[in-house]
Amino acid sequence: MLRRTVPLAILLALLVALPTVAETAGRGWWTGVATNILIFALAAGSLNLILGFGGLVSFGHAAFFGTGAYVVGILGFHADRGTPVVTWPVELPGTYQALIAWPLAMLAAGLLALLIGLVCLRTRGLYFIMITLAFAQMIYFFFVGLEAYGGDDGLSLWQRSELPGLDLGDDVQFYYLVLALAVAAFALKQRVVDSRFGVALRGARDNDRRMRALGFDTQRTRLAAFTLAGAVAGLAGALIANQTEFVSPSFLAWQRSGELLIMVILGGIGSILGPALGAAAFLLLEEVLAAWTEHWMIVLGPLLLLVVLFAKRGLWGLLERPLGTRAEVPRD
Amino acid sequence: MLLVLEQTLNGLQLGVMLFLMAAGLTLISGIMNFINLAHGSLYMLGAYLCATVAQSTGSFLLGIAVALPGTAVVAMLLEAAALGRLYDRDHLDQVLATFGLILFFNELVKIVWGAQPIFLDAPAWLQGTVELVPGAPYPAYRLAILVVGLLVALGLYLLIAKTRVGMLIRAGASNREMVGALGVDIRRLYTLVFGLGAMLAALAGLMAGPIYAVQVGMGENILILAFVVILVGLVDTLGRAFLPTLLKIAFDPATAGAVGASVASMAIYIFMAAILAWRPTGLFGGHA
Repeated sequence: MLRRTVPLAILLALLVALPTVAETAGRGWWTGVATNILIFALAAGSLNLILGFGGLVSFGHAAFFGTGAYVVGILGFHADRGTPVVTWPVELPGTYQALIAWPLAMLAAGLLALLIGLVCLRTRGLYFIMITLAFAQMIYFFFVGLEAYGGDDGLSLWQRSELPGLDLGDDVQFYYLVLALAVAAFALKQRVVDSRFGVALRGARDNDRRMRALGFDTQRTRLAAFTLAGAVAGLAGALIANQTEFVSPSFLAWQRSGELLIMVILGGIGSILGPALGAAAFLLLEEVLAAWTEHWMIVLGPLLLLVVLFAKRGLWGLLERPLGTRAEVPRD
Repeated sequence: MLLVLEQTLNGLQLGVMLFLMAAGLTLISGIMNFINLAHGSLYMLGAYLCATVAQSTGSFLLGIAVALPGTAVVAMLLEAAALGRLYDRDHLDQVLATFGLILFFNELVKIVWGAQPIFLDAPAWLQGTVELVPGAPYPAYRLAILVVGLLVALGLYLLIAKTRVGMLIRAGASNREMVGALGVDIRRLYTLVFGLGAMLAALAGLMAGPIYAVQVGMGENILILAFVVILVGLVDTLGRAFLPTLLKIAFDPATAGAVGASVASMAIYIFMAAILAWRPTGLFGGHA
């Protein structure tokens, strides 16, 4: 127990101290980088719920991420112009209120995940990968086609969301809010995974037939996990829209889905905090390689191949190995 | 009426590309149980190799003669060095490894050929038009694509159904362990099939060159569309790969004129969702 809580407490203390340290070191932009990492940790963590614990290789997770971002973007767009978002059946104005926009982002992304999951979860293995990829591409083209909201070029936001008592325009306050949300999400994920629902989800991954024989509706369990993961990815999307003050279809591009998968694998699949570690490693690697050469992808690609071939357990696996615990690896 | 005919023919060209891509993907996934996202990169590589040779020598045919074996060799080297180790791993590993290859190839092409699209002209002897019906000239090159597509389909059929290699491929698709146990060098067969799939992708890419631009990432959209084709048909035998492709034609260029561009680019996916919601195993009811 102590072996787990002490490192976690140290990590949390470091994260809390980070903006102050960055400020003192004269490198205020560290806070922005850390905010980015936390947001992608949230998105990758949600993917890990279905990938690591559900055994579902979803190649379309960016669709939910981007949808969440677009909800915040579109609501802000209308708030800025004072025009209604829809006029029928009731007239709804746009808003900058985080307490309205963010839950709506989660709702929209979750609903989308529910609908996509209903169709996708009828397939397995290779076909599941292809069909989630195809659906994400469909949502991508949907947003590309929204000329009113910038189409291909996307949409700039004039300000961040508003939250009573906080000034989200301030990078440090925004960082702390993202940190709080990420910590809450990871705590929630731990509870979900340990709950009866989480055990059923893992059971369905390991032996679907046996779980069904035991009377579990595995299909429904998977659909619930898929929807929950979509909603959390939607929240991450809402946060990234605030962080960059910009949304565009590139948030939903299939490369984004691939990057989320990479983060999960890099960090360690099927562990609670692994994806956060993976997100940090991926984004920092990007920073370092991009500073070194403009063609950093040519290093990243083969690196990825090597990680898959030789270091399947990810960074978390390397950390945990001395403790002798077995990493959970999903099967198809 | 003429417009409809023209649109249908245009759709058929995309159908030929998709058929070539889907056939290669299906060969590789059917026999090695391998999902190759980098298949689109091989498509791109074929187009770039052909464009480079055609530009410097002025001969499109020479471009084909270099691009097809060139792409096949690159793919077979990759298969022997890295991808071949992934056949027994789960699909997630395969997705990530081949995703890494996409990043690598895109960047490599950017370094070697630059980020700007390059141009590949149709061969001079195919630059005219043909009057299929009186008063409706149609580009000869586009017609040639259809002919090549049909010839490749026929060739694949003969290869799979009538030759010894084809027999081994079919046997490998139903039970690869057994084929290996019977003394066939299954590793060599895998590499061969991989090379064959790569060649089909390269052919699709170089034929697409004169119609669409030869540019970085050109193979990615067509790869995802090929997945849709596979999903809708759930192609488990090669013969079936052509049928869903024909369905696809009704949905791309023809619909673009009728409804907004947004809905048109979504149409094929909506169609796929509808089919799969109705019949999860695809139109022809393969095994999921």
